Amino acid sequence: MKTNDVILQTVTKFVLFVIILFSIHLFFACHYYPGGGFIGGLMTSGAIVLLLLAFDIKTVKMILPFDYIKVVAVGLLIAIGTGAGALFFNKPFLTHAYTYAYLPLLGKTSLHTAVLFDTGVFLVVIGVTMTIIQTIGESE
Amino acid sequence: MSLLHLAVLSPLLLAILIPFLHKYFNNIHTGWFLLPLPAVLFAYFLQFISTTSHGGTVMESVAWISSLGINFTLKVDGLGLLFALLITGIGALVVLYSIYYLNPDKEKLNTFYVYLLLFMGAMLGVVLSDNLIVLYTFWELTSFSSFLLIGYWNHRERSRYGAQKSMLITVFGGLSMLGGILMLYIITGTFSITETIQMSNEVVNHPLFTATLILFLLGAFTKSAQFPFHIWLPDAMEAPTPVSAYLHSATMVKAGIYLVARMTPVFAHSGTWVWLVAGVGVVTLFWGSFSAVKQTDLKAILAFSTVSQLGMIMSLLGAGAAALHYGTIEDGYYIVAVTAAVFHLVNHATFKGSLFMVTGIIDHETGTRDIRKLGGLMNFMPITFTLAIIGTFSMAGIPPFNGFLSKEMFFTGMLRVAEMDIFNMDTWGILFPIIAWTASVFTFLYSMMYVFKTFMGKYQPEKLEKTPHEAPIGMLISPVILASLVIIFGIFPNVLSHSIISPAMGSILPSLLGNGEGFDVHISHWHGPTAELFMTIGVVTIGILLYKFMPKWTGVYRKFPERLALNRFYDRGLELLELTSRNITKSYMTGFIRTYLVYIFSFFILALASTLVFKNAFKLDLSNVAPIRFFEVMLVLIIAVSAISILFAKSRLTSIILLGAVGYTVALFFVLFRAPDLALTQLVIETVSVALFLLAFYHLPQIRRNEERIRFRATNALISIGVGAIVTMIALSAHSNKEFSSISEYYVENTYKKAGGENMVNVILVDFRGFDTMFEIAVLGIAALGIFAMIKLRLTRGRELDENK
Repeated sequence: MKTNDVILQTVTKFVLFVIILFSIHLFFACHYYPGGGFIGGLMTSGAIVLLLLAFDIKTVKMILPFDYIKVVAVGLLIAIGTGAGALFFNKPFLTHAYTYAYLPLLGKTSLHTAVLFDTGVFLVVIGVTMTIIQTIGESE
Repeated sequence: MSLLHLAVLSPLLLAILIPFLHKYFNNIHTGWFLLPLPAVLFAYFLQFISTTSHGGTVMESVAWISSLGINFTLKVDGLGLLFALLITGIGALVVLYSIYYLNPDKEKLNTFYVYLLLFMGAMLGVVLSDNLIVLYTFWELTSFSSFLLIGYWNHRERSRYGAQKSMLITVFGGLSMLGGILMLYIITGTFSITETIQMSNEVVNHPLFTATLILFLLGAFTKSAQFPFHIWLPDAMEAPTPVSAYLHSATMVKAGIYLVARMTPVFAHSGTWVWLVAGVGVVTLFWGSFSAVKQTDLKAILAFSTVSQLGMIMSLLGAGAAALHYGTIEDGYYIVAVTAAVFHLVNHATFKGSLFMVTGIIDHETGTRDIRKLGGLMNFMPITFTLAIIGTFSMAGIPPFNGFLSKEMFFTGMLRVAEMDIFNMDTWGILFPIIAWTASVFTFLYSMMYVFKTFMGKYQPEKLEKTPHEAPIGMLISPVILASLVIIFGIFPNVLSHSIISPAMGSILPSLLGNGEGFDVHISHWHGPTAELFMTIGVVTIGILLYKFMPKWTGVYRKFPERLALNRFYDRGLELLELTSRNITKSYMTGFIRTYLVYIFSFFILALASTLVFKNAFKLDLSNVAPIRFFEVMLVLIIAVSAISILFAKSRLTSIILLGAVGYTVALFFVLFRAPDLALTQLVIETVSVALFLLAFYHLPQIRRNEERIRFRATNALISIGVGAIVTMIALSAHSNKEFSSISEYYVENTYKKAGGENMVNVILVDFRGFDTMFEIAVLGIAALGIFAMIKLRLTRGRELDENK
C-alpha cells in the first residue's frame, strides 16, 4: 500500500501523540475510571495502525523498531511474574497488594501491583495486534 | 518464601540467566556458570543431615492456591534428603564432566544448560514437595525437560524418535498418576502427603483403593522404566552422555523408585502392593539383564543394565513392604530389604554414573561405542580402564566394592520373599530368589562383557575413527570421584548407615518406629557361610563359564521372534493411532471455515436449546422491564438493516463497512446503558479489526462473478435463525429468572474493600478474575504466534523442503 496523502500524513503526526497520550491516560486511570491494559493497548495499536495507513510498513518499522513477538513475551513474563511475586510473600498466586502514598507533584497516589499486571496485558495486546498486522501486511 | 524454596527454585531462576551469560561471556564455557549452583546446593542440603539423622524433618510452606488445598509445601526428611543429595551431588559432577565433553564451538550450550537446569529444579521439586499436586507439576516438568534433553541433537532422527517415545510413555504414566492423586484426594480430602500417610487406614479400606494404587504404580513404573514400559530407556540413550549419566541412571529414572518409597506408608498395608511392586521389579530385573547381554553398543548395555538395576531396587522395596505384615523391628527380618534398596540406590548412582562417564570418554576418544569394533584399549587408557574395572565389578557384585554388599542384602531380601504367604501367593514366592539369582548371573555377564570386550582382546585400529588416547584430566575428575566413592562405600559402608540410610528408611517405614526412634543399620562384609554367599559364588562361577563359552549359547537370543518384541508393538500401535486419528479427522475437517461454523453453531443450538427445554429454564417476565425509548428503536433498526444488507453486499469492502456499522452501533448501545468500558473496548476493537480485515482482503482472490448470485441455503438460514432465537431466549430468561441473587452485589460490596479500586470492570479483570485474564493474554499470544508461524514460516519451510529434495 503506497500512499502519498499529505493531509492524512500531517494530521497523523499530531493526532498520533494525542491518541497515545489518551491511551496512557486510560491505562493509568483504570482502577477508578473506565480504562485498563486491554483498552490502552488496543488504543495504542490503533494509533500505530493509523501510522501504518498514513505511511508504509517500512517507515513505521524504522520509527518503531520493535520485534512485536518479543513484546508479547515480555508482557506475558511481566503478568506471570506479578502473579508469582505474591508467592514470595507467602500469599496465593496472583494476590495483589495496594497502598496509598504521597508523592511529590502527584500528591496522594494509589500504588497497585495490579498496574504491573496490567502493564503485561497492555504489552501483550500491542504485541499481538501488531504481530498480526505486520505479518499479514508484509507477506506479499 | 524460605531459603528451602529458594534452593528448589534456584536452578529455574539461573536458567533464565543462562542465555544472557552465554551471549555476553561467549569465550567462557557456559557450564562454568552452572557448576557452582549444584555444588552450593549440595553443601546446603548436607546441613540437613544433622536434623534428619535424629528423625527430624524440616517443613516450609508457601500458599499457592490455598482454597483448593494446593500449597507449595516443601519437606525435607530422610528420603527427600537422600534424593536431593544425589541430584545436586551427581549434578555437580555431571556439569563438570559436560564442560569437557561438549564442544562450545559445535554445540548450542545455552539451550543444553537451560534444559539441564530445568531438569535439576524439577527433580528437586519432585523429591522435596509434600503436596501431591506440586509433586505432579514437577514430575511432568522432569518428563518435559528429559524430552528436550533426549532430543537435544534434534537433527538426528533417532534422537527425535527417542525423545518422543520417552515423552509418550512417561507422560502417559504421569497422567495416570494424576488420576491416582485425584482419587486419593477423594478418599482423604487432602493433597498433603504427610496427612495422607496419617490416614493410611482409611485409604486401604476405601473401595477406590486398588484403582488408586494401580494408577500410582503406573506413574512410578513408567518413570522408572519397569517392564513393559522400559522400552523408552534404551532409546533415550540418544541424548548426550552427560545426560544419560545424570537423568537416565542417577536421578530421573529413580523418581519412580522415589514415588514407590514415598507412598509405601500409604499403600503397603495391602498385599497387592507387596506383590505388584516386588513382582514387576523382579521381572524387570531379569528382562533387563537378559537383554543387556545381547547388546553391542556400550551405552545400550548400560541402559538395559539400568533397567534391570531399577527393577532390583523396586523389587526390594516391594519385599521390604512386607515388614508391615510380618516380624518386628527387632528381628529386622524384612527390613533388610529396605536397607538394601536404599543402599543400592546410592551405590547404583555412584557406579553407573562413573560407567556412563567412562562410556562417554571411550566414545569421545575413539569415535565409537560398538564393542565389536573396540578392544585392547587398556594400553591406551589405563586410568579409564581402572575406572571401568571399579564400576563394572561393583555392578557385578564382586567384593570389596559397594555393589557386592547391596547384592548380598538383595539375596537376603529375595530369600525372605519365598517365605511370604500374604494375598494367596504363598507358592509363587519361591520364584523370586530363583529369578533374582538368574538375573544376577546375567548381570555378572554383561559387566564382564563391558569391561573385557572394550579394554582387553584384540586392538582393531582400522575400525576406529580416531587414534585412542587417555582422556583429558577434566573429563576424568568426575568419574574418579564417583569411583572412589564406590570403593569408600564398599570398604566403609557404615559411613552412610546412620547419616543417610537409616533416616531414609524411617521415611519409608514410619509406622514401625516409635517417637524419636530410628532404624539401627549395620552393614557388614562377612556374615559367615550363609546361603547368600554361596549364591554369589554360584553367580561368579556360572558367569565366568557362560562368558567363556558365549558364542556357543548366544543363539538363544535369536529364538525370540523379532515380531513379538515390545518395541514393534509400540511402533505399530503409534502408527495405528496416527492412521486412525488422521482418518477420523479427515472425515470432518473439510478445510472450509463455513463448515466449521456450521458445526460450532449447530452444537451451540443443540446444547443450549436442550438445556433450556430439559431444565425448564425459559421464563418470560416483563413486569420490571424499562420502557423502550426512541433511540433504542432507532439503533436496533440500524443494526438489523446493516446486518441484513451484509448478506446482499456485492463487494468485500461494502460488507466490511456494514459489519463495522453493526459493531459501532452496538458500542452506542453500551454507551446508552452506561457501560463505558465495554463501549470503549468495542469501539477500538472495531477500528483495529476493520484495518485487519482490509489487510486480509488484500490477499484474498477477487469475488468471482458466478459466485455473486446469492444462493439461498436452507440449513444456513435455519442455523442463523436458530442462533438468534436461542440468544434472545437466553437473554430474556436471564432477565426474568431471579432465583439466584446476582453476583454483581458481591462486586459492588467488595471492589473497593478488597482491591482498592472503584472501576468494577477493571477490578474484576485484574484482581478477582486475574487468573482468567492471564490465560486470556496467553491465548492471545499463542494466536499471534500461530498467525506468524502460518504466514512467515510457511514460505521459508517450503523453500527448505525443496532444497532437501
